[in-house]
Amino acid sequence: MKYTEDHEWLRVEGDLVVVGITAHASEQLGDVVFVELPDVGTTVSKGDEVVVIESVKAASEIAAPLDGEIVEVNPEVADNPGSVNEDPTGAAWFFKMKVADLAALDGLLDEAAYNALIG
Amino acid sequence: MSDLKRTALYDLHIELGGKLVPFAGYEMPVQYPMGVLKEHLHTRAAAGLFDVSHMGQILMTAKSGRVEDAALALETLVPVDVLGLKEGRQRYALFTDEDGGILDDLMVANRGDHLFLVVNAACKDHDFAHLKTHLGATCDLGMVTDRALLALQGPAAEMALARLVPDVVDLKFMDVAIRQWDSAELWISRSGYTGEDGFEISVPEKFATSFARRLLAMDEVAPIGLGARDSLRLEAGMCLYGHDIDTTTSPVEGNLTWAIQKARRAGGVREGGFPGAARILAELADGPSRRRVGLRPEGRAPMREGTELFAGTEGGNPIGRITSGGFGPSIEGPMAMGYLPADLTEGTVVYAELRGKRLPAVIAPMPFQPNQYKR
Repeated sequence: MKYTEDHEWLRVEGDLVVVGITAHASEQLGDVVFVELPDVGTTVSKGDEVVVIESVKAASEIAAPLDGEIVEVNPEVADNPGSVNEDPTGAAWFFKMKVADLAALDGLLDEAAYNALIG
Repeated sequence: MSDLKRTALYDLHIELGGKLVPFAGYEMPVQYPMGVLKEHLHTRAAAGLFDVSHMGQILMTAKSGRVEDAALALETLVPVDVLGLKEGRQRYALFTDEDGGILDDLMVANRGDHLFLVVNAACKDHDFAHLKTHLGATCDLGMVTDRALLALQGPAAEMALARLVPDVVDLKFMDVAIRQWDSAELWISRSGYTGEDGFEISVPEKFATSFARRLLAMDEVAPIGLGARDSLRLEAGMCLYGHDIDTTTSPVEGNLTWAIQKARRAGGVREGGFPGAARILAELADGPSRRRVGLRPEGRAPMREGTELFAGTEGGNPIGRITSGGFGPSIEGPMAMGYLPADLTEGTVVYAELRGKRLPAVIAPMPFQPNQYKR
């Protein structure tokens, strides 16, 4: 698994990348009550806001971690936003993307680097 | 956070795992490990214990010694019938300013020979100075600084508190009483800020932690932070001062006309005689141009404070603004309140601009969650 400084995790699945948020992020957010997912087929650039997450406290946005295209979203997480708190790195993935260049993942944080970041 | 004040329960909040945040000059728990959502639901299902010691507790006694004189003095600052408040009863009130805006909202209790006021934390120094300036010649005013204030709210609150103070079962909604627990004198009112049955209990600081521990040791009682306090009060349709009401909103605009009793209205026995009376009485007669209303977003996205409201899906200027909004755990959906033109009635759909999109919300009656008061 790879990580971003914005507390996203990325898992490679064949030629696709699955994206979600880390347990640390979900704890910081508090109880998630709303998730808005992007449309399948959307072309995104790294840094584009693609997912809206609202917790009982505040709204936050998830940015595309890499350039690519959204090819699948997880409707379960929109139907049951609380799953982001229950299983952030498993059932509560947000979207799968076809990235322009899988090698770009090498520039992201590995688990040790991410754990160091969140201290 | 060195310049922030701490309540008498600070150490207990830490011990309970409370997440402390700055609030109105105090370090206060926004949530405990249970989390905002579960704390909210626990309060509605059983009983929640809140530390509201940051709020101001003020004693007001007329120099004449007559409570009627204290009531009449306070009436010069609030559009409320204080004289008609019977001994042992409490009532909601508002300090208004000369322009008819709201300086603060508060509770007033008649305690036989004096009045007891509970005011908002962020306003308490200003309120006290306001009282001193205007009423200091006729009344003795004292800010209570050696007492904590706790709220015990929820359907199990009565049973829980009655284990320590059996005769609280005799109190009805908005009754106040002084009761003894151990060697501590408790000032108890049957009221709260959640829409549930419950009590607010002023307890001497040196007994506050032991009293809170006794309640928290009961299965029904959990500690609840400011996060759930906010979602509970919003479901109950109650205003948060500084957000839903402030000096730019009048009591009539704020949809708080129920707090202005007949005696203070046009034709009443003590008509007017409070700051901003000209505007407030005119708005009571003619209606305000805008009014605070409840809103239920039609989708699932919460609409938060500051969100602008529009009449249509495209173009036009904003017709109003959301002043409080979020997710209601008990109603299992988003909810908000805000100001809209007064001619828009319940059932009207307006559009909130959220992240560049106009999303529908319907003007809805409040409270969103039915009250459970024990009258």
